[in-house]
Amino acid sequence: MKIKLKIWRQKNAKTKGIFVNYSLDDVSPEMSFLEMLDALNTKLIEEGGDPVAFDHDCREGICGCCSLYINGHPHGPGEKTTTCELHIRSFKDGETIVIEPWRAKSFPVIKDLIVDRNAFDKIIAAGGFISVGTGSASEANSILAKKEHADEAFDSASCIGCGACVAACKNASAMLFVSAKISQLALLPQGKVEAMERVEAMVAKMDELGFGNCTNTYACEAECPKGIKITNIARMNRHFIGAKIGSQIKQ
Amino acid sequence: MIKSGLSISSITKKIIMALLGLFLIVFLLVHLGINLFILPICEDHAEMYTAAAHFMSTNWIVKVFEVILMAAFLIHIYYGIVLQIQNWIARGSIRYKSRNKTTTSFMSKYVIYTGLLIFMFLLLHFYNFYFIKLGLVSAPKAAKIPLPQEEHFYELIVWLFTNDMIFSIIYIIAFIVLGIHLKHAFEAAFQTLGLNHSKYTPVINAIGTIYSIIVPLGFIIIPVYFILFV
Repeated sequence: MKIKLKIWRQKNAKTKGIFVNYSLDDVSPEMSFLEMLDALNTKLIEEGGDPVAFDHDCREGICGCCSLYINGHPHGPGEKTTTCELHIRSFKDGETIVIEPWRAKSFPVIKDLIVDRNAFDKIIAAGGFISVGTGSASEANSILAKKEHADEAFDSASCIGCGACVAACKNASAMLFVSAKISQLALLPQGKVEAMERVEAMVAKMDELGFGNCTNTYACEAECPKGIKITNIARMNRHFIGAKIGSQIKQ
Repeated sequence: MIKSGLSISSITKKIIMALLGLFLIVFLLVHLGINLFILPICEDHAEMYTAAAHFMSTNWIVKVFEVILMAAFLIHIYYGIVLQIQNWIARGSIRYKSRNKTTTSFMSKYVIYTGLLIFMFLLLHFYNFYFIKLGLVSAPKAAKIPLPQEEHFYELIVWLFTNDMIFSIIYIIAFIVLGIHLKHAFEAAFQTLGLNHSKYTPVINAIGTIYSIIVPLGFIIIPVYFILFV
């Protein structure tokens, strides 16, 4: 297969970026998208050029490292697929593939297609955890959780924090990510204890970092590679209202 | 106060918008209820309309309500603009070069623009009616509306719809735009308030769809009646 590539190249956060055109003449339709980029980089290195920088790690859709805004979709076309799970067979022979980094003020470009997603870590650090003393694991049946809640918490926890929700949202809002991280804890007994403080702290951090505001277009849900649902956002809003009017502990 | 209004949380701003939006949705029903008396639905419809308009401009409870209503409009618009500006800034200085292909509803993507068009219509609406009531402007001379003009809105409406085709067209377009705005806003308000439920959300969405078609249509019928039958 032949493909044409239009890739965003940017030296670092301070320099201006531009699109550079490349073409690959011999790609297999069975190649994964990242293997195709590897092939491009091998070619660039052999020619003495600068390889394209892009994020990747597990290459099996669970680490949340890969990103890329491909032909107008975060993680490319196809539902519930990360870029590493995307294959060249999803594209036509001779097609031009446009690849851009995530675009958000809170995700500055580090180089080429790599963006700094530390903002997500900062939101987690603001309250996305439970405060328990470490030690040996307690008896599993000592704290009871409803099956439905455990299932929902698991669904929320399947968020890999890749940032596709921010990339897809016309407002660069991180509310799907934040709400999934709030839900995965708040639905379970161990996380419920600090649910109020958590929602206030994480939302405040999200605002401080300059993410946009949800306008309920649900682009995030449509593009999420893990199928995180907007019911999480409703839950976050609900807990937020509860925290604002019901919080009894004040420092 | 403006400064503190800006620094409140993103979700608080959204909740304020949602609550005020729902309040305006309820108000719109009242407004439509009165407006429908412009149509010959019963023999003394014109007198009943004038009586209702008189009640709305003299009753002290309504007068208090009017202040709340104006505040609701202004705060809803204010936060709509504030949130939109924050959202534009959040994207960063470089925007995507390729067109976004995510499947989202048309209504939700352009809600700020439909809102802006409705605001422009609201200004026109104020100029035509509300400012006359406040004594700031007077009705067009050609309409020959007797004094006090606020007691003769029925004649003014009939004159506007029968003499000013452009006004009627703007009026009809404004309510189509309002329908588009409300289709998204109704559902979104409940989502923002955290009221999402596997059983009730489809019901809320259905009510929202019916409301956003029926209510604007109710307003549109009035100029259409005058264009076709008068």
